[in-house]
Amino acid sequence: MATDPILELRNVTKAFPSHKAVDDVSLALQRGELHALLGPSGCGKTTCLRMVAGFETPDAGQILLNGDNIAPLKPYERNVSTVFQSYALFPHLNVFDNVAFGLRQRGEKEVARKVNEALELVQLQAKADRKPAQMSGGEKQRAALARSLVLEPDLLLLDEPLSALDPNLRQQVRGELKALQRRVGITFLMVTHDQEEALSMADRITLLNRGRVEQVGTPQEIYLQPANRFTAGFLGAVNWLDEIGVRPESTQLSHDAPGHEAPGDGARAHRGRVTDSTFLGDCYHVVAEIADGRQIMARVPRSQNGYHPGDQVHVWWQPADELHLPR
Amino acid sequence: MKRLRLFFLAPSAVILFALFLIPLLIVAMYSVLSRGAYGGVTPPFTAENYVRIFDPLYLKILWRSFWVAGLSTLICLILGFPLALFISRAGARRGLCLQLVMLPFWTSFLIRTYAWMFLLRDTGLINTALLATGLLRDPLPLLYNDFAVILGLVYGFLPFMVLPLYTNLEKLDPALLEAAADLGARPLTALARVTLPLCRPGILAGSILVFIPCLGAYLTPDLMGGGKSIMIGTLVQNQFTTARDWPFGAALSLFLMALTLGLLYLASKRSSGEDLL
Repeated sequence: MATDPILELRNVTKAFPSHKAVDDVSLALQRGELHALLGPSGCGKTTCLRMVAGFETPDAGQILLNGDNIAPLKPYERNVSTVFQSYALFPHLNVFDNVAFGLRQRGEKEVARKVNEALELVQLQAKADRKPAQMSGGEKQRAALARSLVLEPDLLLLDEPLSALDPNLRQQVRGELKALQRRVGITFLMVTHDQEEALSMADRITLLNRGRVEQVGTPQEIYLQPANRFTAGFLGAVNWLDEIGVRPESTQLSHDAPGHEAPGDGARAHRGRVTDSTFLGDCYHVVAEIADGRQIMARVPRSQNGYHPGDQVHVWWQPADELHLPR
Repeated sequence: MKRLRLFFLAPSAVILFALFLIPLLIVAMYSVLSRGAYGGVTPPFTAENYVRIFDPLYLKILWRSFWVAGLSTLICLILGFPLALFISRAGARRGLCLQLVMLPFWTSFLIRTYAWMFLLRDTGLINTALLATGLLRDPLPLLYNDFAVILGLVYGFLPFMVLPLYTNLEKLDPALLEAAADLGARPLTALARVTLPLCRPGILAGSILVFIPCLGAYLTPDLMGGGKSIMIGTLVQNQFTTARDWPFGAALSLFLMALTLGLLYLASKRSSGEDLL
């Protein structure tokens, strides 16, 4: 690694009375990156975030911020800030006073100037007098971002930042959030259960499952070179044929025998019968049953669709698209 | 459907009308009649009873009542808030704590008041114990004074402060306190800047529920105040018994009711004027 990590978790473990939430997790965040903690619900990602924020104390292990162990420090003693899933804006304060809250705790001068700058950054100057109850979900999120960013934290923690937004707004906010992170240059650690969100936004992803790290890498590495079946399956659908996995978008279908573009090797070409076809808007998911009774799903662009249940088809793929992972 | 609704509403409507509205109208009528020679009321109609309320003698009693009720409410708030906060954070023991707060309701208020008198009087448990230690030569004057009245009122109405505060605190999103800590606020600052302001509805509701019954309290001032520190409730009662001045008693009751309603109106205006939560 080129520089020292800004945040490092070393063998961090946290158990709750009912279960072990985080089990010997180690990870390092590079300065200035947008890092996603990805995993199914209950995988320990939120507990990790809460330990970095200081709301939970690890049972074992160290949390290093700029090389110092912050694990014993209280939340108000750490220079990290959290954007909560519910945003947790103070309902009795307007946007200006919400954003000013942290600055006033520090006894900063020039509160008004800094607050206005932060509101400008998230384009919320016009709503400075509004109470949280009078704002839309997107505006609340931007207010929460401003409230944290105005403190210039070493690290910004985001707990499921998009989950409380309308689905049609999420796409747009993904881009905005990423652009904001680039502009302020602060390291972001984001928790999400949505693999698309992690893939589209993060510089690097840590995939957690049952309190353990499954894989760390760039979105491309994680998606194209999954370390195990869990990673492969969590990031997208996979057709499994023993030790070989093929993603639906790499699976080709044709009514006629594949021509020169198909591999000669018979192992990668099968005959099958279409059992189901589902329209998804931009494409179809077509399921074909091959000779040994296994179901294989192919993603077929709308323009190329002509497959109906009962059709006899050829199913094939390129060797380069195969994932070789033992069970 | 509509007839069914009528069927179920009718009993309570009849009860409210017969046992609440009609007596109230009777009291209102009494208040503008003249006093009878041996109690009761006689014509002619007069406003004299209401004019008498503004006699300095009675205004002083009114002022005392407000003062005692106000101080009792404040003490209930100071004692009740930490208790409500503790219960709201007691996790699985919440139910038990709430049961304990409401436990005194299982016996009559009168009996509990007598129990306090047995504790506080000159030959009571507290004074006997203090005298036995030799620290004191004369018993402390714990009963039949303002201290005793306020103690009795605070004791009696504390649950009415704790319950609305608890309901308010319990609804508070824990993420708000985490956010405050995250932004650098120490626990006491978070309490002052976040918890307390967001508890205004509970504080208002609890204060109303304590202040109004304290203002009109009769039993506690009469028994524990020993008739020396008189409040409006006792004054009203006196008019109907020893003084045999029913019209003045009725006028006092209605005046107290009007004051209470006026305060409630102000409180509701204040709380709806700003957006609470």
